[in-house]
Amino acid sequence: MKAVLPDDLREIFSEARHESRNSGSWHKYLKAGDWLVLLVSGALVVFSYALLWRGGVADRAIVKRDGKTVIELSLNSARKARVEGPLGTTVIEVQPGRARVFSDPGPRQYCVQQGWLTRAGAVAICAPNHLTLQLNGRNADNADYDSLNY
Amino acid sequence: MTPSTIELPVTEDDRRIARYTAMAIALTVAEAALPSPLPGIKPGLANIIVLVVLLRHGWRDAAWVSLLRVVAGGLVIGQLFAPGFFLALAGAVSSLAALFLAVRLPRRWFGAVTISLLAAFAHIGGQLVLARLWLVPHDGVFYLAPLFATAALAFGTINGLIAAHLLAAVLPHTD
Repeated sequence: MKAVLPDDLREIFSEARHESRNSGSWHKYLKAGDWLVLLVSGALVVFSYALLWRGGVADRAIVKRDGKTVIELSLNSARKARVEGPLGTTVIEVQPGRARVFSDPGPRQYCVQQGWLTRAGAVAICAPNHLTLQLNGRNADNADYDSLNY
Repeated sequence: MTPSTIELPVTEDDRRIARYTAMAIALTVAEAALPSPLPGIKPGLANIIVLVVLLRHGWRDAAWVSLLRVVAGGLVIGQLFAPGFFLALAGAVSSLAALFLAVRLPRRWFGAVTISLLAAFAHIGGQLVLARLWLVPHDGVFYLAPLFATAALAFGTINGLIAAHLLAAVLPHTD
């Protein structure tokens, strides 16, 4: 790593290290407006989580084949469901409040590796086997997506 | 010296910009070696150099250093004209737009940290817009926005502090 840095830069870094040991206080570089901007941006970041991650609580899992619903499972109780696709059987596992693709005949296993889906609107797509697993919430007003298809 | 040689006079400005750009490229390369939890979340250390140049030599020089760094960094890392390169470029262009305005803020109240934060947020904003329009044409991209915003807040603050520190304590005599 050392060899990557040009001499100027290495000098600056070592001086900076030296300096910060002597002074050690970073807040001397913050002016009044900086604190204000920090506060406002912090609030905006928190707000962005609230705004963009407000997916509702999921209450049912929907399995579709070629966009048509094959089976709907409520997320109240644990069970497994076997769904047939062109490649073979995909096993969907449901537990209270979550669902996953347990196994799939597809070559790349993307939808299996996604693991547990917990949020309304979350989707696992097993494209080779033409199946999607999708979680839906009860209240339509916080549904994250209007429609999904492939 | 062949008669057909084209001589490009190199000015002092060029040399200065080239030196700063070299530092920024070195930081880009060093950073490329760091692991990242999510593609696109990086500390953006090279932007420290851009900030220093901005506060010392003005926006024009900062724009040169920033854009040269993106192109040369892309060459060095081997991602020139790959999607990552265009994302970096989008980030750099939007940051520079923000810096163009931020540098006009009264320096009495607003220091390097403010300027750095504004640039960092503009950076992720530009990248998200490009990603949404071109790479992932789906609103799901914005799902990641809070994560990027958090990174921008953290690294924007840290880079601003480092730039302020360099300007105050280390670099006043190097030029």
